[in-house]
Amino acid sequence: MKLLGRLGWDALPLDQPIPMIASATVAAAILAVLAWVVIRGRFPYLWREWLTSVDHKRIGVMYTLLAMVMLLRGFSDALMMRSQQAIALHSQGYMPPEHYDQVFSAHGTIMIFFVAMPFLIGLMNFVLPLQLGVRDVAFPTLNSVSFWLTATGALLVNLSLGIGEFARTGWLPYPPLSELKYSPGVGVDYYLWSLQISGIGTLLTGINFTTTILKLRAPGMTYLRMPMFCWTSLASSLLIIAAFPILTATLAMLILDRYLGFHFFTNEAGGNVMMFVNLIWAWGHPEVYILILPAFGIFSEVVSTFSGKPLFGYRSMVIATMAICVLSFMVWLHHFFTMGAGADVNAVFGVMSMIIAVPTGVKVFNWLFTMYGGRIRFETPILWAIGFMVTFVIGGMTGVLLAAPPADFVLHNSLFLVAHFHNVIIGGVLFGAFAGYEYWFPKAFGFRLHRGLGKAAFWCWFVGFYLAFTPLYVLGLEGMTRRMQHYDVPAWRPWLLVAAVGAAVILAGIVCQIAELAVSIARRETLRDVTGDPWDGRTLEWSTASPPPAFNFAILPKVRGRDAYWAAKHGAQEQQAPSSEPAYEALETPRNSATGFVCAFFATLMGFALIWHIWWLALAGLAGAWATFVVFAWRDRVENLISAADVATIDRENRRARLEPLAARTS
Amino acid sequence: MSEASDRLAGAELNLAPGDEQLDGNGVAVGVRGYVIGLVLAAGLTAASFYFCFSGLIYAPAVPAALIALAVAQMGVHLVFFLHLTTGPDNTNNALALAFGVLIVTLVIGGSLWIMANLSHNMLPMSRVLEMQR
Repeated sequence: MKLLGRLGWDALPLDQPIPMIASATVAAAILAVLAWVVIRGRFPYLWREWLTSVDHKRIGVMYTLLAMVMLLRGFSDALMMRSQQAIALHSQGYMPPEHYDQVFSAHGTIMIFFVAMPFLIGLMNFVLPLQLGVRDVAFPTLNSVSFWLTATGALLVNLSLGIGEFARTGWLPYPPLSELKYSPGVGVDYYLWSLQISGIGTLLTGINFTTTILKLRAPGMTYLRMPMFCWTSLASSLLIIAAFPILTATLAMLILDRYLGFHFFTNEAGGNVMMFVNLIWAWGHPEVYILILPAFGIFSEVVSTFSGKPLFGYRSMVIATMAICVLSFMVWLHHFFTMGAGADVNAVFGVMSMIIAVPTGVKVFNWLFTMYGGRIRFETPILWAIGFMVTFVIGGMTGVLLAAPPADFVLHNSLFLVAHFHNVIIGGVLFGAFAGYEYWFPKAFGFRLHRGLGKAAFWCWFVGFYLAFTPLYVLGLEGMTRRMQHYDVPAWRPWLLVAAVGAAVILAGIVCQIAELAVSIARRETLRDVTGDPWDGRTLEWSTASPPPAFNFAILPKVRGRDAYWAAKHGAQEQQAPSSEPAYEALETPRNSATGFVCAFFATLMGFALIWHIWWLALAGLAGAWATFVVFAWRDRVENLISAADVATIDRENRRARLEPLAARTS
Repeated sequence: MSEASDRLAGAELNLAPGDEQLDGNGVAVGVRGYVIGLVLAAGLTAASFYFCFSGLIYAPAVPAALIALAVAQMGVHLVFFLHLTTGPDNTNNALALAFGVLIVTLVIGGSLWIMANLSHNMLPMSRVLEMQR
């Protein structure tokens, strides 16, 4: 038995220049950042305030940062695919097939699991407790564990760039291609273990958020007074709890096939390939609603705030959200209409897919009616929201088209499908994430983002999206299938060139976003938000300072209706007298814990060892992760005490900042 | 906190079967609940073995009897060990169970239906083999 399992010098892609240069650059960048942190003596600060933090706001920021870094990785894969297809007419392009296959697999995997999921979970983490008017999530340390396990998954996927290879199977590893016989390398194993480890993190997050919403709400915050984002997060968390175990079980069965010679999904010995397809989509369809529902919540908040009106049809919005939550488990066959099912089954799932478009339509009308008659302020977040409404409706309509089995028989596996799901995922999920990022950034950091660059980023993304994906609809109708490394049809070339230009325009949008962040940080003093309420907000997160203190609220807010902060703000203005200063009490905040970071360190060792068949290291990693948990479970001190005097000092500053404009208006 | 203590004071009066007492004095009551649960669970297990081997009931009906006993077993576990009741402070747990049952039914039932129907548009395997000849 080899001490290092399958790992050897041949794992380094020394013969392939593109991954070699890319991984060397990334490694150099990481080393440079680490060196900077250590030389400037910032590591203790980083460790104390961020890496071991169990504060939901810090964890939310780290999730979002992870998502944005991974977006750069996933987007470089997209640029490579678009440029490859732009030149690969009658030629091999610049990427060999085995590399191209890894690129599209990594693009899909990273964009869904390590961009969309962490971005939205990060926003939920930051916003949920603030909107509910409480001091943290239900299980703060578990929250940190969730984040670091997600980071482990992201790390493993990116390690595959420089050590070994990634899957060549697409973002869902359909057998028999993903079985040992046809994918003998480590690529599929990288996929499986990184998703299993990050999947545990996601499941824990779902449990954490569900408990938080059901059990921890400010006094008076009944279910029907919760902001819309809390409702959609609840629905999304419930779907995570219901759906992610299916993913874990399905991937575990594939792992058993690959590692222990089982026959769940093989062609031989009684296995059934179709069972994998069936199960993976029983998770996969709820997954798309896990992603889009929080985005719907963000748009509801943004549209209502910037229209200066309460959300239209709040109750219908709640019903639509919960209807989607259940219906999303009844449509999964529409991902494999063409794989042999009879007309009865296809018709039922086709009709169900059309029905699920109804609650979504209800939501679109609610947003439109919220804007109708409102005094709309065209700040950056609502641009993303309006861009979403236009784009998502188009994506929804092509989706309903694909939900008709006869049309799907023509269009399945073509670029029409690729255009459709990018239309809803970029136009829905990503636009939502960006709207939330722009909207809550001042709350998180205490200063606004640069307005001009933010708007430029939006227009580049918006125009770039249409340039990049409208041609794919045409190409799909012309019969071009997805995932083609080269092609022989000259008529496709012009459309692919337009799509490549679109990708370049999106690149300009990303450059604008990086510039926006950099310029805003540089000019943070002029962009400072002193009031804690930069957008004239309606919900409780705007009632506390920006950035919020560690305990969020000095006194838990008393909620008397929907849009609680709006009511309190205007009540105070009408009475021309703010409430008197409350009696402050000492508060307990959860103590920082290295549990998440250490656990994830051992999980990384274990995952890497399992991928390369280094069994002793896998056992050591598992033992280490377990020991970390045991040490945490036997801890003595759980919380830090913040004295009443400190609470008062911090909160008086917030009250003073808020009373100044009130005094100015009333005098 | 008066609200909570009021609820606890009233709890003893309207304690549902399997309902847990939270005031710390109810250890004996708690143990009693677990003992009842254990006896019921063991009884149901013994009954299923008995029906299998005794020939007491009509043989083709044995699977149906076992399913009925299994459902009862689940009920006993839910009530006496997981403390799932219909009490007012248990709404979330009851809803979670209902949601879980719904999803499991949808996924398992749907999978069975889909997998049974998958070969519908395919040639029967015998015809495929014939054509290969």
